Amino acid sequence: MVYSKEAQEFFSKELKEIEEQGLFKEERYIHSPQSADIEVEYPAGAELSAVINMCANNYLGLSSHPEVLQAAHDGLEERGYGMSSVRFICGTQDIHRELEEKLSDFLGTEDTILFSSCMDANAAVFEAILGKEDIVICDRLNHASIIDGIRLASSQQDSYKHLDMKHLEKKLQLHQDKRFRVIATDGVFSMDGDIAPLDAICDLADKYDAMVMLDDSHATGFMGRTGRGSHEHCGVMGRIDLLTTTLGKALGGASGGCISGRKELIEMYRQRGRPYLFSNSVPPVIISAAGRVIDLLSRTTERRDQLEENTRYFREKMTSAGFDIRPGVHPIVPIMLYNAKLAQDVARDMYAEGIYVIGFSFPVVPKGQARIRVQLSAGHKQKHLDKAISAFIKVGKKYDILHKSKEEIIEKYGM
Amino acid sequence: MDAEMKDVILEYVREEYLDEDSGIEVDENTPLITGGLVDSFSLVSLLMFLRQKYNANIPDQEAIPETFDTVTNIMKLVERYRQDK
Ligand SMILES: Cc1ncc(COP(=O)(O)O)c(C=O)c1O
Repeated sequence: MVYSKEAQEFFSKELKEIEEQGLFKEERYIHSPQSADIEVEYPAGAELSAVINMCANNYLGLSSHPEVLQAAHDGLEERGYGMSSVRFICGTQDIHRELEEKLSDFLGTEDTILFSSCMDANAAVFEAILGKEDIVICDRLNHASIIDGIRLASSQQDSYKHLDMKHLEKKLQLHQDKRFRVIATDGVFSMDGDIAPLDAICDLADKYDAMVMLDDSHATGFMGRTGRGSHEHCGVMGRIDLLTTTLGKALGGASGGCISGRKELIEMYRQRGRPYLFSNSVPPVIISAAGRVIDLLSRTTERRDQLEENTRYFREKMTSAGFDIRPGVHPIVPIMLYNAKLAQDVARDMYAEGIYVIGFSFPVVPKGQARIRVQLSAGHKQKHLDKAISAFIKVGKKYDILHKSKEEIIEKYGM
Repeated sequence: MDAEMKDVILEYVREEYLDEDSGIEVDENTPLITGGLVDSFSLVSLLMFLRQKYNANIPDQEAIPETFDTVTNIMKLVERYRQDK
């Protein structure tokens, strides 16, 4: 083992640069279960503060729901703790297959295959089925895991401007000489809450003979009238060829992901998907709880309706308070501040007011588009929302950004 | 420098990478990659365009900030790898 002085100095310098660029990530220790009210130790060693969590992907408030916890206990009691095997050797229980069938029913697809995460699902989704005669054409703001998935594949790649259907059409025309074309998009873009125009995308796919791959991680369980996802929201259920999603957000938030779609393709992943073939099976505790989540969501739309109502309420109040909010209907609510330091300062002041939100700036979002990203949950009660809104107004007044245009905010704070 | 080539490449960059309402001005010395206008992933289409338009077989590994960040540098690469010369 040689960890040379040279190597050590090199990495120390790299870390320092990350810090100087303001990109150093620090964890905050949460001492309570995931929920609307959490207890946080921050900075490390500080006394615990009780804060309202507005930055979790816990969209449906199911992460610590009693029925989900009970199902996790049942899974542990009835099927044990771990599988100690990949799926195809001895890592598949009856409940794994049951969950895959439930997911297919829920998502309106032909078949489903589970992975340890959606990151793993995206690592398999192109690599296992495409070759160098094929091309993936993706939205430029796609999630990093889709981009990585495309990089892993031997297929060719191209991209179109965010949500720009004219540009996509041009790219489809340009690539008519390829064997297979796959359009790849997020259903909901995690930094903006933008929803992909899936109806237009499916029409173009039909016109130019392309498959559609959709990552619906920020939509499964609550977008659309019965919560099936952004394909339901856009009226294109049944027209998506490949859908990847996560169990790690709205669906209980533990971990796990899947690819759902055309049955021959799903079978290909069982034969060739490397993260499926070479990584351990999702544990029974999670399988059992995720199955119960799907049952719960199939029985009633109560929770997604509550989330929709919370989203409407919060967006309306914040807009009339004078914040510059990207319009939309998704529980991801970007509060635009444009300047990176301003976003950090507002997030810090909000934390002091008992509201946990995060500021995002370049390179996570484009330069000059720094923002606070609020994420709403069905677990938020009116009192949580009202407290957050009044804290935002107080901090907004302090920085004099209420009822100001983009230009005025940039004028005052810079890009 | 080939003024026509400069205009053609600049035009492509504007069309391909900028939104109509972005208000961003690009000239031959604007840093494209380090300036955050073009990420390494989207670069592929520019590379393809140059290969087709100028028959310039620029290898993927040349498409990095050191050699590919401005239109001026891109033109140098095109000249180097052009096969019809
Ligand atoms: C769009 C999108 N895809 C995939 C993932 C990764 O999901 P997982 O946590 O299951 O790996 C995320 C999570 O951040 C995401 O936002």
